[in-house]
Amino acid sequence: MIFLNDPINFIAGWMRGLLTGWGLSDAMTTVIIYFIGITVLIVFAMVLDILLVWVERKVVARFQDRIGPNRIGPFGLIQPFADIIKLIIKEDITPAGADKLLYNLGPVLAIASVIILWAILPLSEKIFDVDLNVAVLYLVAAGALGTLSIIVGGWASNNKYALLGAFRMVANMISYEIPMVVVLLIPTILADSMSVQKITQAQSGMWFAILSPLALIIFLISAIAELGRSPFDLNEAESEIVAGFHIEYSGMKFGLFYAGELLHAFTFGGFMAVLFFGGYGGFFGLEKIGFFSWLNNPFVQAVVFLAKAMFGYWVIMWIKYSMPRIRIDHMLAFNWKFLTPLALVVLVNTAVLSKVLAGLPNWGYVLGMFFSNIVIGFITVEILRAYGRNQRKAEAKLSPQSAQNQEQAV
Amino acid sequence: MTADQIIFLLCAALILGSALMVVTTRKLIHAALWLVAALFGVAILYAVLQAGFLAVVQVVVYIGAIAILFIFAVMLTRREMLDKGAQTRSNWWLPALLGLLILTGLVFLIIGQPAFGRTAAEMPAGVDTLRNLGTALVSPDAFVLPFEVASVLLLAALVGAVYVASGNKE
Amino acid sequence: MSIPLSWYLILAAALFSIGLFGVLSRKNAIAILLGVELMLNAVNVNLVAFWRYLDPAKMAGQVFAIIVFAVAAAEVAVGLALIISVYRRRKTVVADEIDLMKW
Repeated sequence: MIFLNDPINFIAGWMRGLLTGWGLSDAMTTVIIYFIGITVLIVFAMVLDILLVWVERKVVARFQDRIGPNRIGPFGLIQPFADIIKLIIKEDITPAGADKLLYNLGPVLAIASVIILWAILPLSEKIFDVDLNVAVLYLVAAGALGTLSIIVGGWASNNKYALLGAFRMVANMISYEIPMVVVLLIPTILADSMSVQKITQAQSGMWFAILSPLALIIFLISAIAELGRSPFDLNEAESEIVAGFHIEYSGMKFGLFYAGELLHAFTFGGFMAVLFFGGYGGFFGLEKIGFFSWLNNPFVQAVVFLAKAMFGYWVIMWIKYSMPRIRIDHMLAFNWKFLTPLALVVLVNTAVLSKVLAGLPNWGYVLGMFFSNIVIGFITVEILRAYGRNQRKAEAKLSPQSAQNQEQAV
Repeated sequence: MTADQIIFLLCAALILGSALMVVTTRKLIHAALWLVAALFGVAILYAVLQAGFLAVVQVVVYIGAIAILFIFAVMLTRREMLDKGAQTRSNWWLPALLGLLILTGLVFLIIGQPAFGRTAAEMPAGVDTLRNLGTALVSPDAFVLPFEVASVLLLAALVGAVYVASGNKE
Repeated sequence: MSIPLSWYLILAAALFSIGLFGVLSRKNAIAILLGVELMLNAVNVNLVAFWRYLDPAKMAGQVFAIIVFAVAAAEVAVGLALIISVYRRRKTVVADEIDLMKW
């Protein structure tokens, strides 16, 4: 039963006994065990990635009223492996005038910037790599490496479109980092810690998604922008710059960019689960009742976590396949004039209310938090509506004819 | 030689090697990327020094913002000095000599002080560095004034950079 | 923690000297700013090392390092804006050729 309750420590203890039995020194054993742990984590993430390719293709097919991969294996499950074989045996092209070293470094950095995020994702209370006390900032730091990978890949390709795509993507990522950092502070304030384990445990009674729904929405929007997925996929706008920063990459190098994007989306789904949906826990106190104590089992927790992460991933896909791309100036204006101010207001609101309402009983605290968010959201929508009305009036003044036409068309 | 020391030496080799490449490599964009490597090494050093917050902030600020700005600037001005002509002054040996002199002087000073040979005490148990840092930054008894001055400086720099870089104003 | 404090100080000194060499020997104004970044980082290594080795309970060293971060960010933003502005008007980034105010 020890294995079922604490699998990682059980295996580590068993391996430590085995290796020291072979006469290895204590430090050497530690290094080997860490190395194996890291390898297992990376392999797990990459195998999951292969599954994600299939999920993505199946789901997009359903959105577009198709069936999706269905020829190879049951439900087309072997299809991703066929894709990988195809990518590997394709010719590996390095464009003339490319900077060879940097050109090859780009895809590696892209996938590495995603995999290092898995170091802090807690699969369950007992299954996790490290419990950093600055985990929330670590998420932003890994995003910085992703930015670097894109600009390196785009520049080294020696291609106009690649450079344009990289410029757009970097402008996108750097600006949307600001609302994301601000919004990441809200779970930090609510849980009084930056460690993902403590944030998860703080949500065992009530999800932060209910305490601060606006923060969840802002996090989702800036996460999508950080991923460069539609409606923020200007970096690879097919109709304008062909494929953006990875236009010159072929074969498995393109595959790494692609796999990195899918895994990144899933990882952000995971972080959404951790920060707002209670991660592996968050059963509203259900797990404390004797009958439901099996919910505390690490494997059950891991399954719960992966299901929540998959839900987040599905929401991101849902948005991707139902929204058109928006123009770059609109995108930047949306960030600086709307998202950043709103994030700051929500942050100040949360910081003040979490102190003011601390004395109230639990239900008062939750209701106060929730309704303050609703009020802010309502005011925001009203301001936007007034702004839109003025905009339309100004347009009507400029060209009454076209406005009339529009009205008739409506 | 303990594990700590091996990590430190590897890290120092990374930092100094990349720093040398920053100041000597001919292609400027490579220099900017070597700077990223050097700064990453410094971030690892912070982690070794148990200043985890600074390590992460180093990556966010230096690699995520400053290095990217440098790469942008190099790209925007690259027609000018792309690989032609010398990248260093003709009398580059003078700064090299000066650097070596300063380095030897400092090393002698540091080795001469026996107090600098000390090793660190164990981190006192139960001290939450992150919480202490946060409190120190905003408590009136500690560093709230420098913190506010730094934020005003950042705001001024933001406005100044926008004003200077925003082309023809007439 | 079996690393003597002097190791950190020597590393920082070497980093500072390399940065100084870069600042004084490079022609390109952007490369000069790269050297300045190296020097600022050398200072930060010293600050954090002193914090850890002398008084980890007080946060003076870390706070000072954070303020150095802020100053470095401000310096790079304004410096690069100036360089790009000069490049727009005079088509040069060589520090020696920017000599309109020299007599």
